[in-house]
Amino acid sequence: MNVFSQTLLWLGDASNWEGTGGISVRLVQHMQYSLATLAITCVIAIPLACYIGHFGRALFVIPVINALRALPTLGMLSALALIFGLGISAPMIVMVMFAIPPVLAATYSGIANVSQTTTHAMRAIGFSEWQILWNVELPTAFPAILGGIRSAFTQIIATWTVAAFLPVGGLGRFLIDGLAIRDYSQMLGASFLVIGLSIAVDVLMLIVQNTIERHSRYSQLTTQS
Amino acid sequence: MNWLILNCAQILHYALQHMLLSVFPILLGTLVAVPLARLANGFRLTRSSIYVASSVLYAIPSLPLLIFLPALLRTKILNPVNIEVALTIYAIAIMLTSASHAFLSIDPSVIHAADAMGFGAWKKFFQVELPLAGSQLLAGIRVVSVSTISLVTVGSLIGVNSLGFFFLEGYQRDFPLEIWVGIAATALIALLFDQILAICGRVLMPWNHRRVTRERSAA
Repeated sequence: MNVFSQTLLWLGDASNWEGTGGISVRLVQHMQYSLATLAITCVIAIPLACYIGHFGRALFVIPVINALRALPTLGMLSALALIFGLGISAPMIVMVMFAIPPVLAATYSGIANVSQTTTHAMRAIGFSEWQILWNVELPTAFPAILGGIRSAFTQIIATWTVAAFLPVGGLGRFLIDGLAIRDYSQMLGASFLVIGLSIAVDVLMLIVQNTIERHSRYSQLTTQS
Repeated sequence: MNWLILNCAQILHYALQHMLLSVFPILLGTLVAVPLARLANGFRLTRSSIYVASSVLYAIPSLPLLIFLPALLRTKILNPVNIEVALTIYAIAIMLTSASHAFLSIDPSVIHAADAMGFGAWKKFFQVELPLAGSQLLAGIRVVSVSTISLVTVGSLIGVNSLGFFFLEGYQRDFPLEIWVGIAATALIALLFDQILAICGRVLMPWNHRRVTRERSAA
């Protein structure tokens, strides 16, 4: 029997979807982990980027954080797992670390792209710094921020599968456990699922991003246009 | 420290393996993506579709891809060809977008001038567009290089060994030094490749050198 029909058989078998270690549970777990990681990333990266982009201070942070991307994810996962112990905190920290750069860079450049003429004019007619950020800079940067979140999110979904060599849940379990018992149809089925999930998320967010970009009333405020 | 001295040969072996696995995807990815991006830039529809294509290709998670490719290519799962193909796909994904931007950033009046002087398509590409897009292309290749060197380690999960071997063995043996040595060695290789690329850029495009150093000192 060929591997692809084996894969379909695994995915089509209802018993594989049920139970505590079933596909449904793992899929929900994977999305929960990924969304939580993304939320933490945004809470850190977006305010930081707003500060850097709006005031033009602490610019050195960006190259420093970008340099961290050169570290191998797999190595950081195992190193931090030994420091923080088993559980999801170690992979969560590593993934936040690797997801911050795309969100930070996108938000920063989105905000820094708002032309100085606009912000100076707003200041002159009495807008506070906070109002400038909230009413003009953030809405202008919004499509760019979404782009950063999109690449961070697909990266997070991918990394949670790699993190399954640690004792965590998610769809990666099927890959690592399948490898250990040489259950190739399980590995293929789960791979198919993760690849599909990741591409679906990416395309969906790309469509949302493009739609917002096209209808944005703020694009004329950037220095590039 | 003792571990480091005792395993010197093994570290060197895996470092070499790591470099060998990284070189091919970086080169092939660039060679495929640069002409493709240039061709796609010619039409609006193809240009926007390469952005979507590179986004989708880059969204494919690495470990599932490494498991999926053997079935697709009819190779054994331990065959290094799988990881080479996977890394080439990611290299193309990164390089397509940055090469497209690089060619778009060329001042159109220079292209018009080349046309007016009677440059043919090939001559224009090699003598005008490539040199002018060169520094941005190089920046793209450097990103590809760093990302490839980091991704090679994922292969260790399915048994294609590189410095990633130390990450998994160090974790299983609860031995942090081994992991940190692996991380440091990977970062060193990334730095080495980056410097080699920078030197290649300086040799091939000496006219950029002055500007780059001035920008660096200003930053």
